[in-house]
Amino acid sequence: MVAQLTRNERHIGLALAVFVSLLGLAMAAGGKQDLFGIHGLIVFAFGVGSAFLLISGFHLPEPSDERLTRYYDDPIKVGLILSMIWAVFGMFMGVWVAAQLAWPALNFDMAWTSFGRIRPVHTTGVIFGFGGNALIATSFHVMQRTSRARMPDQLSPWFVLIGYNLFCVLSVTGFPIGITQSKEYAEAEWYADLWLVVVWVTYLVLYLRTLARRQEPHIYVSNWYFLAFILVVAMLHIVNGLALPISLASAKSYTIYSGVQDAMVQWWYGHNTVAFFLTAGFLGMMYYYLPTRAGRPIYSYRLSIISFWGITFFYVWVGSHHLHYTALPHWVQTLGMTFSVMLLVPSWASAANALLTLNGAWHKVRTDATLRFMMVAAVFYGLSTFEGSFTAIRAVNSLSHYTDWTVAHVHAGALGWVALITFGSIYAAVPRLWKTGQMYSPRLVEVHFWLAVAGIFVYVFAMWNSGIIQGLMWRTYNENNALAYSFIESLVAMHPYYIARTFGGLLFLCGAVVGFYNLWKTIQLAPREQEVLRDQPAAVLARSSAVQPGE
Amino acid sequence: MPFEHETLVAFAKSFGLFYLIALSVAAGVYALWPSNKARFDQAAQSILEDEDRPCR
Repeated sequence: MVAQLTRNERHIGLALAVFVSLLGLAMAAGGKQDLFGIHGLIVFAFGVGSAFLLISGFHLPEPSDERLTRYYDDPIKVGLILSMIWAVFGMFMGVWVAAQLAWPALNFDMAWTSFGRIRPVHTTGVIFGFGGNALIATSFHVMQRTSRARMPDQLSPWFVLIGYNLFCVLSVTGFPIGITQSKEYAEAEWYADLWLVVVWVTYLVLYLRTLARRQEPHIYVSNWYFLAFILVVAMLHIVNGLALPISLASAKSYTIYSGVQDAMVQWWYGHNTVAFFLTAGFLGMMYYYLPTRAGRPIYSYRLSIISFWGITFFYVWVGSHHLHYTALPHWVQTLGMTFSVMLLVPSWASAANALLTLNGAWHKVRTDATLRFMMVAAVFYGLSTFEGSFTAIRAVNSLSHYTDWTVAHVHAGALGWVALITFGSIYAAVPRLWKTGQMYSPRLVEVHFWLAVAGIFVYVFAMWNSGIIQGLMWRTYNENNALAYSFIESLVAMHPYYIARTFGGLLFLCGAVVGFYNLWKTIQLAPREQEVLRDQPAAVLARSSAVQPGE
Repeated sequence: MPFEHETLVAFAKSFGLFYLIALSVAAGVYALWPSNKARFDQAAQSILEDEDRPCR
C-alpha cells in the first residue's frame, strides 16, 4: 500500500496523520470528564495508526512510473472490504435491535444497549458504513474506467476513504454512550460533522480532477449520478448540521433551528439522504455494472438523462411528506405530496431502463446470480418508489405513518434495492479488481442471493401485515365513538410479526456473512503482483517503460 | 423584512412554476437533440469495451 505512494505523498500523508493525532490529543485533553475526551482518544488512535502505517513503508523505494499505465485500484479494494465488514456489523446490529422488539430482555438491562441507542448504530452502520464505503469504492472504480483516466494522485483517495471511516467510527461509538444530535440519519455531533465536510470536499475535488483528465468526449451518465450524490449530500449535510456547540471542549451542541423549522430542515435532509445517498449514487452503480455485466449497452441512454434530471429536481421538494398532519403549513405538506407523486415518473423510467437493458440477456440472468442481484434490485427499486409515492399521499399516510408499514417500505428500498445492487456490483467488480476471472465460489453467490431474497420477503411481508394491522387498530372506533383498542393491544398484536421480522433479518445477515467469506477466499486466489506484471505481451512491457508521468 | 406567506406562495406559483417547466424543456431538448445521438450511443457502447489500462 505505502509502497505505491511517492515520497512526496508519504511526507504529506505523515504530516496529515500527525496533525490528526495532535487534534485528537487536544480533544482528549480539553474534553477531560466530558465524553468529548473519549472521542479525542479515538481520533488520536486513528492518527497514530495511520502514521505508523506510513512509517512502516517510509524507507521503501519510490514506485516506478510503470504504475501510471494502470488504474489506481488499491483504495477501491480496501473500500470494498471495509464495506463488507460494515455490512456484517450493521446488519448484526439490525438483527439485534429487531430481536429487542420481540424480546425486550435482550437489552440486558443496560442503558447503552437500549433500543434508542442501538438503533442509530444499526442505521449508521448499514447506510453510511456499508452503503457509503461501497459508494466511495465503486465511484472510484467507475470514474476511472468511464473516463479512461487514472486518478490524478494517490493520497487523496486514501484521505477520503480513511477519513470517511473515521467519521463512521465516531458515529457508532458515540451513540451507545449518549453522544447524539437526535436527528435521524444525522445523529453524529458537530465535530464529526465538520470533519465529514473536509473529507467530502476532498472527495468532490478528487472526482472532478479525475473527470478533467478523461479521454472520452462525453461524461458517462453514471458519473452524473455520482456527482449529484456527492454535491447534494454536501449541501444537505452542511445545512442540516448547522449547530452551535456549548463549548469547544464539549460533545454537546444545539441546532440553530427550532420548532417546526427544525423538523422541516431535518426531513428535507432526511428524505434527500434517501434520494441522493441511497438512490442517486446507487443508480450510478447500476448504470455501469448492470450493462457491463450483461454485456449490453443501456436500453436508452436518452431516457437515463431525462430521468437523471427528473430525479434530481423532483426529489429535493418531497421531504415534507414526512410531516403530514403536523404543525407544518398545509401547503408545504401538499407540495411534498405532489412532488412525491410526480417522482414516480423518473423513478420508473430508471427501473424500466434497467430491466429493458436485460432484453436479450435473460439467459444470463438465469445462470448468473451476480446479474440476478442487479435485476431483482431494479425490480425492488420500481416497487419501493411506487410505494413511496403512494404512501406520501396524505390520506394514505394517515394510515401508514408511524406504523411498521414505513419500516417495511424503508427495508424494501434499503435491502431490496440498495443492498442488492451493492452486492451485485461488488460481485461484478471484485473479480475484475483482483484479476481472478470469477468469484471463489459462484455457488456461494447463488446461496447469498437466495438467502437475501428470502430474508427480504419474510421481513417486508411481516412488516406490511404488522403495519396495516397497527394502522387499522389505531383508527377503529366502537359504538361510543371511543377508540376500540388500547395502544398495548396493538403492541400485543405486533409480537408474532416482530419475531418473523427478526428471522427475515437474520437470513439477510447470513447472506452477507456468506458474501464476506466468498470475498475473502477470492482475494486469496488473486495472482501476486509480480505474476500480473510478467503475464503481459512484450509490447505492453516495452511501452510501459517509456511512459511519462501523468501530471 | 417581513416575509409573508402570500409572498412566498406568489413566488412559488410564478417563478417556481416557470423555472421547473424551463428546466424540463431544457433537459428534454438536450436528451432528444438529434445531433447528440451519436455521442450518447458511443458513450453507452464505450463502457463495454473492456480495456484494462487508462489512457493516462
